[in-house]
Amino acid sequence: MSDTKKFLFVNRKAPYGTIYAWESLEVILISAAFEQDVSLVFVDDGVFQIAKGQDTSDLGIKNFSPTYNALGDYDINKIYIEKESLEARGLTVDDLLKLTYEDEDDDWAEKDSIHVVSSAELVEIMDQQDVVLSF
Amino acid sequence: MSTLHTINKSPFDRNSLGSCLRVISDSDAILLIEDGIYAATSGTIFSDVVKAAVQSHSVYVLGPDLSARGMKEDGIVEGVNVVDYEGFVDLVTEYDKTNSWL
Repeated sequence: MSDTKKFLFVNRKAPYGTIYAWESLEVILISAAFEQDVSLVFVDDGVFQIAKGQDTSDLGIKNFSPTYNALGDYDINKIYIEKESLEARGLTVDDLLKLTYEDEDDDWAEKDSIHVVSSAELVEIMDQQDVVLSF
Repeated sequence: MSTLHTINKSPFDRNSLGSCLRVISDSDAILLIEDGIYAATSGTIFSDVVKAAVQSHSVYVLGPDLSARGMKEDGIVEGVNVVDYEGFVDLVTEYDKTNSWL
């Protein structure tokens, strides 16, 4: 029996206003180190976590958004964004970080990690998981 | 007594902006800070609320909090004024009191 479980991290909070986004990212990277099958979903204000062009220099706090670019190197390449949450916030996928991974089964071709999905599609994704952690 | 209302919660997550607008006086102003800045962005389900608010009140948004979150100053609701930290201080002194909505 395999020790690998399907982990889903549900991210629902905007970055910086609270610590949830940063804490979630830390746990995600730890889970990847334990070679689990990790998926991420960004819903509600969580979609703001991966908005591109973040610049915290005037706040004197760390801009952790570049860290999301490292997820592909940890084989975390199933990143789901809820379409309804984007639309309510006047955002499109072009407003988000371009997160990619290199597919070892396809001559290391660079592929998109981000998948915009409807809430109806999220039902299926959430149902398939062994463990769900919500931040 | 004029009041500066500061809002630091995302309108998508909490209703502090809505509650503030319900009880705000004519002479008051609103300053959107921290996650409150998302209310100032255009094209959202709250843009019309903010468009209506700027007709009757001065509405400000803190520029550094916009930048931190990757939101552009040219992508905010028309009539909302961007201020920096010095502008924040000026507003606090300009109004008789501050109401920090939490």
